[in-house]
Amino acid sequence: MPETGSIGADSDATAWPAAIHAALTAHGVRQVAYVPDAGRRTLIELCRADPAMTAVPLTTEEEGVALLAGAWLGGERGALLMQSSGLGNCINMLSLTKVCRFPLLMLLTMRGEWAEANPWQVPMGQITEDLLRTTDVLRFRAEQATEVGAVVDAAARMAFEGSAAAAVVIAQRLIGAKTFDG
Amino acid sequence: MAEPLSPRGGDDCPLQRRAVVAEILRERGERLVVSGLGAPTWDVAAAGDTPRTFPLWGAMGGAVMVGLGLALAQPSQRVLVITGDGEMLMGIGALATVAAMVPTNLAIVVLDNERYGETGMQATHTAGVCDLAGIAIAAGLPRSRTVRRHADLEAALPEIRDAPGPVFVDIKVTADDLPLVTPPKDGTHLKERFRRAVLGADA
Repeated sequence: MPETGSIGADSDATAWPAAIHAALTAHGVRQVAYVPDAGRRTLIELCRADPAMTAVPLTTEEEGVALLAGAWLGGERGALLMQSSGLGNCINMLSLTKVCRFPLLMLLTMRGEWAEANPWQVPMGQITEDLLRTTDVLRFRAEQATEVGAVVDAAARMAFEGSAAAAVVIAQRLIGAKTFDG
Repeated sequence: MAEPLSPRGGDDCPLQRRAVVAEILRERGERLVVSGLGAPTWDVAAAGDTPRTFPLWGAMGGAVMVGLGLALAQPSQRVLVITGDGEMLMGIGALATVAAMVPTNLAIVVLDNERYGETGMQATHTAGVCDLAGIAIAAGLPRSRTVRRHADLEAALPEIRDAPGPVFVDIKVTADDLPLVTPPKDGTHLKERFRRAVLGADA
């Protein structure tokens, strides 16, 4: 599907990804693991182009949870980028994070919560924040493009300084809902 | 070899997992090891627990990815992932991810007894037609092989220990139910001791 159409985006398409990239850089993030997602395409491109970062494409999101545990064992900080639907794939692997108290910074772009045109995205979108609560992941939410950098900075600080799992939920309204108009 | 891999010796004898792991980790040096949950973690502990091993007690399907993250973070250190066939099958997509990253310092060893050893020795897919080394090759890891006999293992050892990776070796072993030899199980302790061993004062 082309990603041209979107409804409800209240932001410039490149400003908030640059703010996230800057926050990750400020916190010394070296490994950036991701399952691609149209809403975060610019951020992935920024990370891939950054020689200070190793971008790791995954086949499934839970790989990223394990990858970043290994990165921390080797002295590197990481971040895991996923769509909200990917959180469901991570649940059992989050045991590793919790039982060993690995720091884990996750950035979740929301689907299924705002002008979602694909009903198959709605079930996971509607329980994403409940799952974060249930799995004891610290929750942060960015509703506006102008606050994304500060929210990622706050989450990163609590993840890396507190050896905790932290997730930044990036609202679908901020990203703009994908349309299927072709 | 001074230490036969089977009490009976000889190339036609099936390989035994604890002897195989002891052989791989003999003269281990500074190599870092991630062991997969269940029997591989007991086998690695039986070869001698050290802070440079990170033994998994859970996180099934995650061993290769923990090894990949570590290998990318420590490119000058050799990283060995030693896991089982059931654990490998649960995270089989990780082989494609490893192939995408080409970590030259990573070797993956599967102790393939074709069974889920911790749950009653039920057959895994490798007991049928599933070929893990074939999957690894097709995932993009050309340095992959299956080891069935002592002579195969002798040839594979230098690859596992030192050859430019990523290396993948599926070692067929007998389905023995061996006494547990367990490493520490507190995750924070295992993490901290590993980081101190690898990173020193920076940990």
